[in-house]
Amino acid sequence: MPARLKLFLPLILFAVLALFLFRGLELDPRELPSALIDRPLPEFALPALGEARQLTRADVTGEVALFNVWATWCVSCRVEHPYLQQLADLGVRIYGVNYKDEDDAARRWLDELGDPYLANIADHEGSLGLDLGVYGAPETYLVDAGGIVRYRHVGVVDERVWQEVLEPLYRQFSEEVRSR
Amino acid sequence: MIPEVGHFALIIGLCLALLLTILPAWGAYRRDAVMMGLAPGLAIGLLVFVTISFTCLAVAFLQDDFSVKVVASNSNSLLPDFYKFSALWGNHEGSLLLWGLILCLWISAVALFSGQLPLLVLARVLSVMGGIAVGFLSFSLFTSNPFERILPGAPADGSDLNPLLQDPGLIIHPPLLYMGYVGFSVAFAFAIAALLGGRLDASWARWSRPWTNVAWAFLSLGIMLGSWWAYYELGWGGWWFWDPVENASFMPWLAGTALLHSLSVTEKRGLFKSWTVLLAIFAFSLSLLGTFMVRSGVLTSVHAFATDPARGMFILVFLAIVVGGSLTLYALRAPAVTSRVSFAWVSRESLLLFNNVVFLVSTLTVLFGTLFPLIMDALGLGKYSVGPPYFNAVFVPLMAITAPVMGLGPISRWKGDSVGRWQSELAVPAVVALLCGITLPLLGREYNLWVALAATLAAWLTLGLCRDLWNRVRAAASPLRGLRRLTPSYWGMFIAHLGFAACVIGIVATSQYSIEHDLKMRPGDREVLAGYEFTFVELANVRGPNFLADEARITVSRNGERVAALAPQKRRYLASGQVMTEAAIDPGLFRDLYVAMGEPIGEEGAWAIRLHYKPMVRWMWLGAILMAIGGFTTAFDKRYRRQRTPVRAGAVAEAATRAG
Repeated sequence: MPARLKLFLPLILFAVLALFLFRGLELDPRELPSALIDRPLPEFALPALGEARQLTRADVTGEVALFNVWATWCVSCRVEHPYLQQLADLGVRIYGVNYKDEDDAARRWLDELGDPYLANIADHEGSLGLDLGVYGAPETYLVDAGGIVRYRHVGVVDERVWQEVLEPLYRQFSEEVRSR
Repeated sequence: MIPEVGHFALIIGLCLALLLTILPAWGAYRRDAVMMGLAPGLAIGLLVFVTISFTCLAVAFLQDDFSVKVVASNSNSLLPDFYKFSALWGNHEGSLLLWGLILCLWISAVALFSGQLPLLVLARVLSVMGGIAVGFLSFSLFTSNPFERILPGAPADGSDLNPLLQDPGLIIHPPLLYMGYVGFSVAFAFAIAALLGGRLDASWARWSRPWTNVAWAFLSLGIMLGSWWAYYELGWGGWWFWDPVENASFMPWLAGTALLHSLSVTEKRGLFKSWTVLLAIFAFSLSLLGTFMVRSGVLTSVHAFATDPARGMFILVFLAIVVGGSLTLYALRAPAVTSRVSFAWVSRESLLLFNNVVFLVSTLTVLFGTLFPLIMDALGLGKYSVGPPYFNAVFVPLMAITAPVMGLGPISRWKGDSVGRWQSELAVPAVVALLCGITLPLLGREYNLWVALAATLAAWLTLGLCRDLWNRVRAAASPLRGLRRLTPSYWGMFIAHLGFAACVIGIVATSQYSIEHDLKMRPGDREVLAGYEFTFVELANVRGPNFLADEARITVSRNGERVAALAPQKRRYLASGQVMTEAAIDPGLFRDLYVAMGEPIGEEGAWAIRLHYKPMVRWMWLGAILMAIGGFTTAFDKRYRRQRTPVRAGAVAEAATRAG
């Protein structure tokens, strides 16, 4: 009875769709795995934005910190910026990775909007970004005191992301340092 | 105390919904008229208790009862009262309760306005809808209880409603959208009842039609309001983003459009039965799928609710039961034999079939684009995002081929027509439409072929409709009598098709002719855009009920005459500290002037200002409103209220003998 069998087609298609939806429940579209999770921050030697010195891995590790990948061409970064400023005012340590950007534009941005960063790594060519596996700006990495990448957040860091995800990790790794 | 009353009323509501699912279905199975007769009463009772529950939550919001968790996290004592009320559905828990309430409204409406329906059918329909209510009320009670308290230690003040949602458009957008979504459950329930009864006939289609049209009209309004809200509230002048949540509301609309045309064929000609049933299942399934996507976090979106995998799991299981169950029933019971009624290739049936195919394909392409990131992710093939380029590339051509066929539809005859008649009727409209297409873009900023195409198609639709109206009026003894003889169904179709034409014009003209300037302006600066001179007069500080704002005062003049004074704001909301852009718009039928503030730039008083000139953008929403009016109008057709079955008991007996 081929005519009757044809009527099962919608059901079969739906079953396939349901399987995907089921699988989708376990995936978080905002969470991109980084090849670097639980591995050391890559070595680099890049100029500091607006300063005449070179920054290396040793300069930016030693304490728990956020590494925020940003650029002036990135609209979402502009949205994110005021909140980073708030975090910095609370004493959260944030380093900037100024990704594939122009120094002048980046300095103007920081003059106008405020500078939440302890220092900015000027990654003109995107080489550090490549090592980190940056997908797009903004991205934020949590690096512990030992220089190990612990978490990667893709997209804007806002109050919710900070309170629900980053802050608990930030505290946990800060306390590990103190207890040691 | 009041929240506990609400909680309790919701539990009673769930119990009534369970009874409504089981008793009438059992009655229908046993052909027990008493059991079946319980359905309308249970439906009303369900509405009463869910209304009590909803009212209790509304009271908690209005009285600032911050011991209730949803109130504390979504409201604030400084919030104006109407936003306190709308904050109820600005969050997952509350909006789910609103969804439940609206479902109960539809159930009761079916119970009240279906006196002429055979009791057997009514019992089955209400039982199916009761089952859906069980699903949603238990979703609410077991995973997202809106009455959860924070005790002890209730906060002194709430953390405020998201400022994006503090807007009049957003007070009514969700209720209208849910009226549409949930309204498709009626067509769904009728389809399931028909499959259960094994009778898919013209009367089934006739019963479904007014409900489907009204639900579709509500959904049109809801989508239109959402687009309008995005336009003036998000501050970048966009009106459609192909965001997953927008798609979630758009897919049921597309499937619903196919459904209501297919229902007309089934009612008038008894054709496409299996197809129509499938579309009814499809439209409501897409409403459920939309709910799943918005609330489970499987896709990222700017308007997704706070998500939770447990909720996602619940609704996925519910989806599997409802959709899987109904498709199984469909596979087993839908008539497999092709109908013996025939129609010629040149006929209204084949045009409507074309409409069905186009709208179904559109639905599937949107569905595919929306789920593509999820599918690739699930298969481990990487993270993707599908944006407007995909959707525009597939969707625009589909709509462009619909319009020419749509112009033929109203004037064509059922069963068989002839190309010769089309030619004689529509040659003049076609020529005039072409002339319109060639000349109208001359009025625009510059000559544009897309606008020429849109103007041709819109004129073709409008003139085709006018020709048909003229034919009908001319055939009568006097024009007035001819007009009076036209049914609400006809007028509904007429208005809705005009609305589609207006939408086409609005969308294409605004996409092609808009001008946008981003620039730095200081008080005293001037800028000319599309012949309008914008002058930044001064910068002011303004205090609102729950925000502080920088306000740019800008006057607009044209040829030395003052046109408008615009005052866009950059607001900082006190409770949450969120910064919001409030655009200022001078609306007009032929153009909108739109000004939004960006960021302050270094020097004293200088701001990044965004100026837009948006021609004919209102036509798109006006068109959507016309489509909705059309949908509502058809429901007034007397044909849907005519007494169709002599007496209820008789109908039961008749059905019983048929089944036996």
